[in-house]
Amino acid sequence: MSETKHNTKGPIISIRQMNKYYGDFHALTDINLEISIGERMVICGPSGSGKSTLIRCLNRLEAHQSGSVNVNGVELHQRMKDIDKVRSEVGMVFQHFNLFPHMTVLENCTAGPMWVNKVPPEDAHNIAMKYLERVNIPEQADKYPAQLSGGQQQRVAIARSLCMHPKVMLFDEPTSALDPEMVSEVLDTMTDLAQSGMTMIVVTHEMGFAKKVADRVVFMDEGRIVESNEPIAFFENPQSDRTKKFLSQVLVH
Amino acid sequence: MIQDTVTEDIIMRKPKFIAFLFTTIFICFFIFDPSQSIVGHLLEPALGDPEKSGFYGRCVTASMSAVLLVLNLLAISWIPNFRLQVITVWLQLLILFLSFFYSFDLSFEFIRSKIWFMVTQGIFTTLYVSAISIVIASFIAIIGAVAKMSSNGFAYAIASFYTSFFRGLPLLMQVYLIYLGFPQIGYVIDAVPAGIIALSLCYGAYMTEIFRAGIMSIDHGQWEGSRALGFKFGLIMRKIILPQSIPLIIPPTGNQFIAMLKDSSLVSVIGVWELMFLARTLGNKTFNHMEMLITAAMLYWMMTMVLELIQSRIERKYKKQQSR
Repeated sequence: MSETKHNTKGPIISIRQMNKYYGDFHALTDINLEISIGERMVICGPSGSGKSTLIRCLNRLEAHQSGSVNVNGVELHQRMKDIDKVRSEVGMVFQHFNLFPHMTVLENCTAGPMWVNKVPPEDAHNIAMKYLERVNIPEQADKYPAQLSGGQQQRVAIARSLCMHPKVMLFDEPTSALDPEMVSEVLDTMTDLAQSGMTMIVVTHEMGFAKKVADRVVFMDEGRIVESNEPIAFFENPQSDRTKKFLSQVLVH
Repeated sequence: MIQDTVTEDIIMRKPKFIAFLFTTIFICFFIFDPSQSIVGHLLEPALGDPEKSGFYGRCVTASMSAVLLVLNLLAISWIPNFRLQVITVWLQLLILFLSFFYSFDLSFEFIRSKIWFMVTQGIFTTLYVSAISIVIASFIAIIGAVAKMSSNGFAYAIASFYTSFFRGLPLLMQVYLIYLGFPQIGYVIDAVPAGIIALSLCYGAYMTEIFRAGIMSIDHGQWEGSRALGFKFGLIMRKIILPQSIPLIIPPTGNQFIAMLKDSSLVSVIGVWELMFLARTLGNKTFNHMEMLITAAMLYWMMTMVLELIQSRIERKYKKQQSR
């Protein structure tokens, strides 16, 4: 799959010389990154390296202090008027699912289309069922999130994002909070999604997923992008010492 | 609180404690001289006139009373069922309490002649003033809570000034200030609206903090999840955050309503015909103050008990929903 390239279609997200600070702490340093339409990018790195912060800057859940972040042709900045429109076109899946516990699975999925895109209830229902079927849990539609397993909840969260017909999907460590036996069902869902041509940026420690699905693997450390390469080259022939050390640590088991 | 599965020995089974209890009760009774009490009168055949039985009689009545009380406590401690134990103690305390009132030599005739009016006029007014006020206070509280959490300095300043002011003044003073202050600026206000405004503003200030705490306790992931879908602030608040904080807000709000029910007695000073006002005025003519006060007290208590019951029902309902 790694030979499929969509670079001809141009970037959907481009980041230039972006810096982010938490107070005095320099969280992200001089980030330059372009994501093409249809590209599957995996971001990895040790904890605290800024990978989650980076993708949270892409729908402005976090603010960057300098440089530029351009999403789908829209420049993200503090005084922008249409952040909600950008966000509605960028799906995000969180480590802790962030489903709405007081709403059923179906309501979780219809909320976005109905409230943001003003889709009529019947159509929203159809969209929701379509994506719940796609993540293989249509039978759980009337349950509440707390009644589902972690893996099922994360799949609902993926369906909920897909209901907004996003142009790009961000995954922020989607399997880190799951019990080990539930990781594969979520990764399978994500693999399906990748095969359907969705543009995806995935922060994860699942190196198997990166090898199998990614077009490009980005390695970050201490708020910088250290290395960025195609998966085969990245895993077989890492360039920097830090990447080598990281890979030797995560690939031992 | 989670009870430990291992409990200590029941204290009423320890002879030393019973002896200590008996001695303490005996000393108390001896000091307060129970010879005029019911026990004293029951012992009259044996001791003769309680007034003349002197030191010996005092000792006997005090010890008899102490024996009865300790036996009663022992009996209660042997009740195996928790509920039954609670009910027994409740009833005994209630009887004790009522017999205390009974000893005032009240005119029940008078109470009976007035109670219907107290219920229809007094309770009705108390309830509707409180109910309207709590609804308005809730609205104020939502707005206040949002303003207090906002990054807008203007909104924050107004909200914190408001809560500081209305929590800082006695409610009675607020009632006076509103009732007497509005006419100063040329706007005469009726007693009932003035009372409602005062109660709403005061309780709105307290409830602002309750609502703020409720909203703050919602996991920030809920905000991020909804923002990532493109929801705007008002939508997130209405559909995501408030519905989840309501189960947390309801118990303290119920508490506030109960408190308000009783604080509404303060608006009697500006002549609202609620329960407290009637209690003060109805008995005036015939000097039956005690009768009316005690009746009103009982009515307040009963209303509160009903509200507590309703509150616990609602809480149970939300608990069920949460564990769904």
